Amino acid sequence: MSDWLLNYRAMMGRAYPRILGPWREPSWVLFDIFLPLLGIAAFIFYYRSMGAPEVFTGFVVLGGAMTAFWINVLWSMAAQFYWEKETGNLQLYMLAPMSRMAVLAGMAVGGMFFTSVRAVSTFVLGFLIFDVQIQVTEPLALMAVFLLTLIAIYGMGMMFASLYLVWGRGAMNFSTLMQEPIYLVSGFYFPVKQLGFWVAAAGSIIPITLGLDALRQLMFAGSEVFAFLTWQFELLVMVGLAVLFLLLARYSLRYMEHLAKREGRLTLRWQ
Amino acid sequence: MVFAIEAESLTRTFGGKKGKEPLVALDNVELQVEEGELFGLLGPNGAGKTTLIKILSTLLLPNSGTVKVLGHDVVKDSQSIRRRINMVSGGESSGYGILTVKENLWMFTQFYGIPSEVAKRRIDEMLASFGLMDKKNSTLRTISTGQRQKMNVVRGFVTDPDLIFLDEPTLGLDVNASFIIRDYIRRWVKERQGKTVLLTTHYMLEADELCDRVAIIDRGRILACDTPANLKKGVSRNSTFSIVTTPFKDVGGAGQLPGVKGIEAKEQPDRLEINFVLEDESVIADIISYITARQGKVLSLAKSQPTLEDVFIQLVGRGLG
Repeated sequence: MSDWLLNYRAMMGRAYPRILGPWREPSWVLFDIFLPLLGIAAFIFYYRSMGAPEVFTGFVVLGGAMTAFWINVLWSMAAQFYWEKETGNLQLYMLAPMSRMAVLAGMAVGGMFFTSVRAVSTFVLGFLIFDVQIQVTEPLALMAVFLLTLIAIYGMGMMFASLYLVWGRGAMNFSTLMQEPIYLVSGFYFPVKQLGFWVAAAGSIIPITLGLDALRQLMFAGSEVFAFLTWQFELLVMVGLAVLFLLLARYSLRYMEHLAKREGRLTLRWQ
Repeated sequence: MVFAIEAESLTRTFGGKKGKEPLVALDNVELQVEEGELFGLLGPNGAGKTTLIKILSTLLLPNSGTVKVLGHDVVKDSQSIRRRINMVSGGESSGYGILTVKENLWMFTQFYGIPSEVAKRRIDEMLASFGLMDKKNSTLRTISTGQRQKMNVVRGFVTDPDLIFLDEPTLGLDVNASFIIRDYIRRWVKERQGKTVLLTTHYMLEADELCDRVAIIDRGRILACDTPANLKKGVSRNSTFSIVTTPFKDVGGAGQLPGVKGIEAKEQPDRLEINFVLEDESVIADIISYITARQGKVLSLAKSQPTLEDVFIQLVGRGLG
């Protein structure tokens, strides 16, 4: 059996509980779709009361939808290795012949499916309730930016996952650190350009920063004024980031697994 | 002779940083397990059994020494080993509660690249062997501990490994569930040529009943390695006695008497059951004197046939408890 076939089967195997799970526990509809809308509404009311341009409403709804993917990357993929270690599943993953990236890709594929449902629902409800106008002139480019953003952030998530091979709760703190500050640095609810060139440039190492900026340009008329860089340039950078994070993930998973095996922490619970 | 496991001068320590003394988990272990063998590893808690299994199953690196599993080096060629091994631990809580028994098993087979149809057929056959067919569509969170452990055992064998590590597979199970698991293990090795099992257990009878050979490990060192029969023969040169007494002080002191090679005491609310391994029978008089001098009353005294437990007590100097 080829490694490709082995890893494909492993990926689909791990994706399975992610795809099936939400339908067996439908309570997520309340917690993952309706509750995030409250946060989005707060930002929109705030912008409207300040007399901000109407395009900001679309920015917020898009940011709210993309938040679902970022949370999924941080907590349901990277930090997932912490829970897998605690339950003993990680030991079985590490014992199996598949690539570690195949397991994480399975989590990503399964997670993307579930999170896409959540993101689209948030998006549609947000647009229906707040009457946001969308104008897509470059649908292929829009799709390319969206997919590249997902590949890059899930690649980054795989890299973060490698930390959990060695550490436990310490790495959890890192995931927390990567949540709230990134909402600010990546401009989830406002144009990142407002942070100034150098801060926005530094924030662009997080793939979702440029991804959001490009998506806004490709979806909302009049958003060019608030763009950090042109979407064409951002698309090119996204290609680089997607490749970079996948390569880094591959390297870091190998290195951290070796380190964890050397230090005796690969299957050590209660860290 | 083909070996499934070969360890030479295997050493593994933990800690030892910041000037602290490292904990020696395995100390120059030498071990050879033949292909097709059902090999037992006996030792008290902290003896190094799990550390050894983790190194053999590629989850932990040794500090020094060489280890080959199925002919491949565990450090340099772990990938080739992983395709051919599996492991089951007692009290395991792996899998996902939201999936059914069958779905969980299918998921784990996919990590070994087994085609879905083959996996599903094997799962059905094995669930039937373990009496779990009526639970195959139950979610994992709704089944009992014993049923979950049977599922774990199925998970280990369903990938058809050449070598399987069973780390206390019947831990905490009732008699019936333990019997089914032991019976499956025995048949699996007997009916399939070249398949090897490395079993660790706290249950001496289990090791005695199942294993072709047994190694006794304590404080990271292999103290003895032979067939259960040969190990017991070694003890039979000594005398083993079981004495039941009323409670008395300083039971452990009896182990220091000249001629006493090992002692294990089990405390009951109103009595003590003490097993002694003695150099010769004449020592028993000193032991009785010791007990009566401490106001203990001997309720019964019996000379017993040596068991693996006696071997263990003699080698380790204490029981498993």
